[in-house]
Amino acid sequence: MQWETVIGLEVHVQLATQSKIFSGSSTAFGAAPNTQANAVDMAMPGTLPVANEQAFHSAILFGLAIKADITRTSVFERKNYFYPDLPKGYQTTQLEKPIVGAGTIELIDGDNNIRNVRIHHAHLEEDAGKSLHEDFHGMTGIDLNRAGTPLIEIVTEPDMRSAAEAVACFKKIHAIVTYLGISDGDMSQGSLRCDANVSIRPVGSDTLGTRTETKNLNSFKFIEKAINVEVARQIDLLEDGKSITQETRLYDSEKNETRSMRSKEEANDYRYFPCPDLLPVVIAEETITALQNSMPELPDQKMLRFQNDYGLSAYDAGLLVEDRTVAEFFEAVAQQCQDPKLAANWVMGDLLAYLNKADLSIDQSPVDARALGHLITRIIDQTISGKIAKQVFEVMCGDGGTADEIIETQGLKQLSDSSAIEALIDQVIANSAPQVAQYRAAEPDKRKKLVGYFVGQVMKMSQGQANPGEVNRILAQKLNA
Amino acid sequence: MTKPNTELHNLTIAELHSGLQQKQFSSHELTEHFLQRIAQLDTELNCFISVDAERALMLADEADQRLANGDTADLLGIPIAQKDIFCTRGMRTSCGSKMLDNFIPPYDATVIARMQQAGAVMLGKTNMDEFAMGSSNETSYYGPVKNPWNTNTVPGGSSGGSAAAVAARLAPAATGTDTGGSIRQPAALCGITGLKPTYGRVSRYGMIAFASSLDQGGPMTRSAADAAVLLNTMVGHDPLDSTSAHAECPDFTKQLPKSIKGLRIGLPKEYFDQRLNTAMADKVHEALQQLTALGAELVDIELPNSALSVPAYYVIAPAEASSNLSRFDGVRYGYRCENPTDLEDMYTRTRSEGFGDEVKRRILVGAYALSAGYYDAYYRKAQQIRRLIKEDFVKAFEKVDVIAGPTSPSPAFALGAKQSDPVEMYLEDIYTIAVNLAGLPGMSIPAGFIDKMPVGLQLVGNYFDESTILNTAHQYQQVTDWHQRSPID
Repeated sequence: MQWETVIGLEVHVQLATQSKIFSGSSTAFGAAPNTQANAVDMAMPGTLPVANEQAFHSAILFGLAIKADITRTSVFERKNYFYPDLPKGYQTTQLEKPIVGAGTIELIDGDNNIRNVRIHHAHLEEDAGKSLHEDFHGMTGIDLNRAGTPLIEIVTEPDMRSAAEAVACFKKIHAIVTYLGISDGDMSQGSLRCDANVSIRPVGSDTLGTRTETKNLNSFKFIEKAINVEVARQIDLLEDGKSITQETRLYDSEKNETRSMRSKEEANDYRYFPCPDLLPVVIAEETITALQNSMPELPDQKMLRFQNDYGLSAYDAGLLVEDRTVAEFFEAVAQQCQDPKLAANWVMGDLLAYLNKADLSIDQSPVDARALGHLITRIIDQTISGKIAKQVFEVMCGDGGTADEIIETQGLKQLSDSSAIEALIDQVIANSAPQVAQYRAAEPDKRKKLVGYFVGQVMKMSQGQANPGEVNRILAQKLNA
Repeated sequence: MTKPNTELHNLTIAELHSGLQQKQFSSHELTEHFLQRIAQLDTELNCFISVDAERALMLADEADQRLANGDTADLLGIPIAQKDIFCTRGMRTSCGSKMLDNFIPPYDATVIARMQQAGAVMLGKTNMDEFAMGSSNETSYYGPVKNPWNTNTVPGGSSGGSAAAVAARLAPAATGTDTGGSIRQPAALCGITGLKPTYGRVSRYGMIAFASSLDQGGPMTRSAADAAVLLNTMVGHDPLDSTSAHAECPDFTKQLPKSIKGLRIGLPKEYFDQRLNTAMADKVHEALQQLTALGAELVDIELPNSALSVPAYYVIAPAEASSNLSRFDGVRYGYRCENPTDLEDMYTRTRSEGFGDEVKRRILVGAYALSAGYYDAYYRKAQQIRRLIKEDFVKAFEKVDVIAGPTSPSPAFALGAKQSDPVEMYLEDIYTIAVNLAGLPGMSIPAGFIDKMPVGLQLVGNYFDESTILNTAHQYQQVTDWHQRSPID
């Protein structure tokens, strides 16, 4: 049987606010355990929450970015359950009146095809602390630094049909929140995580199958892998005539499998009710207008602009805008060198390859946009060839220095003097009688292939510095003479 | 040094203030005087859970220093007893529970901080029903408080320790909290004046939560005039409490001397029906007569949904409590059971051993009312009733300035008399609960005695209009002396 996969995501985004959602503690990552937890975060008796305005502004910006309804009066509720890293014994979250209502995320592919993923709603809530099981033999350590960090949870409709589409949606959410500047988007620190609701059904069916929820996926790679193994597991079950249990599952990245965490029957009754310590939050129209006016360019707009202004393909533009810092870097390079296509190739090619290998973010690039633009300019003005440029780039990354300095000190300047090139070519032709004979005997359409040998020899003799255009032009003259 | 005046404990706050300002006695002497009374009388009464004499005298010395520097703050040098529900930095705050028997907060409740700024000297922390759940003070982990008028009877609750301490002159004044009547009912049963302000008037920060949407702190004093002085210090918006109101705070002593001529006093017919016993009804009517003699007019009103207030309250308050008390899990502070075998065992035994029966009963009721499938029938329905009750009051206050009636159904009952029947105990608050549901200010003032036990008259005001009920009470106290009677010579 042919199966169709149906996926919905719940994406948790940590907001980059200065302080926590209900207390004045810092949200900075990496401090010593419990140094960023005050009496409110520890749920000391009698302490009370005060809602963080910046968190609301962040959530509203996200809502406006996905063209969602902004709830004018939103309400915090308590989700009650016991867990050691949940200090109050309840999570303060939103249920019936979330700040962001229904909206849409557009997935645009390399051919400019648009696919909509509907957003059911997005709500504000507080993160829990962390339980540390490793460092304490037979006991559990509790670190409440993260407790109370503001999150928005974005809940999609089951509109995705493959793991790749789910990843694309997650990436788009990542792009939107980082473009808005409401999250640092750092997945290695848990700033973005998602739960995937996955079910399958026979192709053509319009009823949904029983779904499972795979929790806490924190990288693009794991989302894709976890969904794929979960889909495969579900197909195996159904094809064996078994049924799927509605349950929460965990993805084990080492074994690349999902495991049952708890079934629906074991699920908590969270006893939600409106939090009496927080009054309903009323959002003024002026606040919404002001936030709308402060909205930066979003990834989809940038993608379109890159195509229109720089003549990039939809595919290239799409890749560049995925990460705001990459897009901005590209734009700076393009403006420096005045050749957007070449700039795009260099940024997506050599630069990102180097950064990936060195495990650096683009902000940490040893070669800044100006320096890279300058290097590309030297290709355009024919000071060096593209091949030499790669060599120069490696030196720039490794030892530092500007393109001009490296070209100068290492004597890499391109040889464009036609008499000098002609002398080299004459020497090559003189030393390659059999190849010249073969070339001249060949049909004109085969000659193109054979000319490569001569080019290679000339480049070798010039240590790569001969201007390839000149070499080709003069070679053609001489060989065809 | 003057010899401590044995009558110091009979002075009003205003008299204490002027005596301290005029250096007739020092705060140190005054504090020592009350500490001696506590040492002498509290073994039997059990009003205090914690008394830290050293700390109190240190605070008194600080106050004397401020007095010497010419500071005239309202409560400067005046000893105050604080209900043990208000967190006090560096001093145990138990909330009447084994759960917090070892809990020393690293912060002050806003009420405590404001009192301290005003120069008050904290004498100690008063006994209370566990987590403020009770109407007789019998649910306290630290044993019941005895009513100073008759030590075989209860002082009321939950602020029973504060009420008994003020009545027995162990403190010139005290604080209490009121979720369903916990200031007013013990004030009535102990023959003192107790005021529950409008919800949002007094910050709840650092006041250990029972039911967040109902809890409100307030003064417990011998007279309305004293209550007004304390209230001035307690009120005001607090950035640490989102539910604290931004309303303007008048000087509550200003309106006290005003005549109450023409004041319209509403009498809800539901409070005077056949369920009110005759002796009690007589006392209330006597008090009302005195108010009419002062020029007030009596107006019959209706609060048609008042019969629903007790059932609605006993859904909403336990629901909020079940969630508020989840933090007492043995993880971070407070009681933790011995040698837990695993997490589940730690939770179960910590909470089974740390909470008393009444607290457990309410957690169970509250969790049930919020659970899937019951939420609409209980919690949502109770909230709808709450809105109706509030509308009843709003409508009534279009016609009247104050609503009056009994504070409690009867005077103090014998210790143990209602302990086996929770519902009978819950009905103690039948006249006070609706005021919390509506969020209105209410007070109880001494209105005479039945069989030598004090009874209270309840006065309910409009939102943020504490001034009018204080004015009414003060005028009544100018022509009566019930509030000056003392159970102990």
